Amino acid sequence: MGDQVKISVNRANFFYGMQQALQDVTIRIRPCFVTALIGPSGCGKSTFLRALNRMNDLIPGTRLEGRVELDGEDVYSSSMDVIQLRRRVGMIFQRSNPFPMSIYENVAYGPRVNGLTKKRPELDIIVEKTLRSAALWDEVKDRLARSAMSLSGGQQQRLCIARALAVEPEVLLMDEPASALDPISTAKIEELIYELKRAYTIVIVTHNMQQAARVSDETGFFLNGRLVEFAETRKLFTAPAKRETEDYITGRFG
Amino acid sequence: MPEHTSKHYEQQLRLLKDKLLLMSHQAEQMIADAMRALSERRPSLAEEVISRDDTLDQLEVEIDTLCYQILALEQPVASDLRFIATALKIVRDIERIGDTAVNIAERARELIQEPELKKLIALPIMAEAAQRILKESLDAFVNSDADLAQKVVNEDDTVDDLYEQIFRELLTYMLEDTRNISRALKLIFIAKNLERVGDHSANIGEMVVFMVRGQDIRHGTRVDRR
Repeated sequence: MGDQVKISVNRANFFYGMQQALQDVTIRIRPCFVTALIGPSGCGKSTFLRALNRMNDLIPGTRLEGRVELDGEDVYSSSMDVIQLRRRVGMIFQRSNPFPMSIYENVAYGPRVNGLTKKRPELDIIVEKTLRSAALWDEVKDRLARSAMSLSGGQQQRLCIARALAVEPEVLLMDEPASALDPISTAKIEELIYELKRAYTIVIVTHNMQQAARVSDETGFFLNGRLVEFAETRKLFTAPAKRETEDYITGRFG
Repeated sequence: MPEHTSKHYEQQLRLLKDKLLLMSHQAEQMIADAMRALSERRPSLAEEVISRDDTLDQLEVEIDTLCYQILALEQPVASDLRFIATALKIVRDIERIGDTAVNIAERARELIQEPELKKLIALPIMAEAAQRILKESLDAFVNSDADLAQKVVNEDDTVDDLYEQIFRELLTYMLEDTRNISRALKLIFIAKNLERVGDHSANIGEMVVFMVRGQDIRHGTRVDRR
């Protein structure tokens, strides 16, 4: 992998109206790595995550300065197709939000509207493949026509991951993907993240520091809109370089 | 360093540190008293040192248990993790220092029964050197002083050199007169135990450097913890 970069952010400043939420954030996210972003509430980590696929565009009065690149391409250039960008950079949210339709349709919806295919046999293959990738196939293969709402919370979250995978993304952004789940479902999601990084670049925001430590290769610590420290996860959690990181991860909250 | 927001966690870490301080203070005292029993020819003091080992063993078990508890319940990271890892390792060195004190006291008890082989000169110097670096290693731990800890690691060589010197000297006594062998061997044995105190102190020093800087300096390596 060497020093390859999937997403490069250079001196990003982000504003909600007058209020600055990110200050001079520079970061390189490596392909097929799990990158965790940690920090207290309001530190800017979710804003940063949402800046990567322009989800913040949906909020009026927001503005980004600096440069965000996906595979060297300027994400904020006027020529960037935002729909296409969000297909390439998928997102998983804290609350699982399956569509009120069947399990099958939840997964088939994306490929169909994205024009990947409309043929039933091909959709069947995509549905099975992505449900397998999301480690859900064995649990739902006999009831694909049932409503997605009949699934448990953990299963719904994995269904949402399957739905994101169905449109063949390159990057998955996860915002607290397991914070509403029980420990068993959380472990399954974490195991899934570990599997998925073979093929996808994953950026995960979490308040659960042990989770960040368990699943990620590199970790960034945000505080007051600044990226305080960005390092290999095993380094950051055994011998962080910055005092602010040390205080935060050891639970010394000023 | 500011305190942990969780008072209970802070308190557990303090308790662990206090127990380590108590234990290391006792081990230090045991070495000093064992040497005093020999030089002042006091068998009762030697007996007392031997009897104190149980307390030290007890403390070792308590410290281990507390470390496992903190690891399981608080999941320490960064400097806290390095502190617990250090505690788990140095507790063993401190316990072994206690054992060496017992060994010295046992040999002292035997030597006191017989006339002095010779006026002890090098051995008290070596004892002083070993005790000094032991004290320094423990001070380094208490004060999180990596520089002092590093100094201890380097100073261990002095103790090793003194051991060589004492060994050679006592060897000549044994070659001179076979009746000296038993007493000379016991003195060599004591010197060997003091040399071990130096080794354990150096181990503690290495762990303290790791605890403070997150750097492993053992076995001549200087690998940055990546």
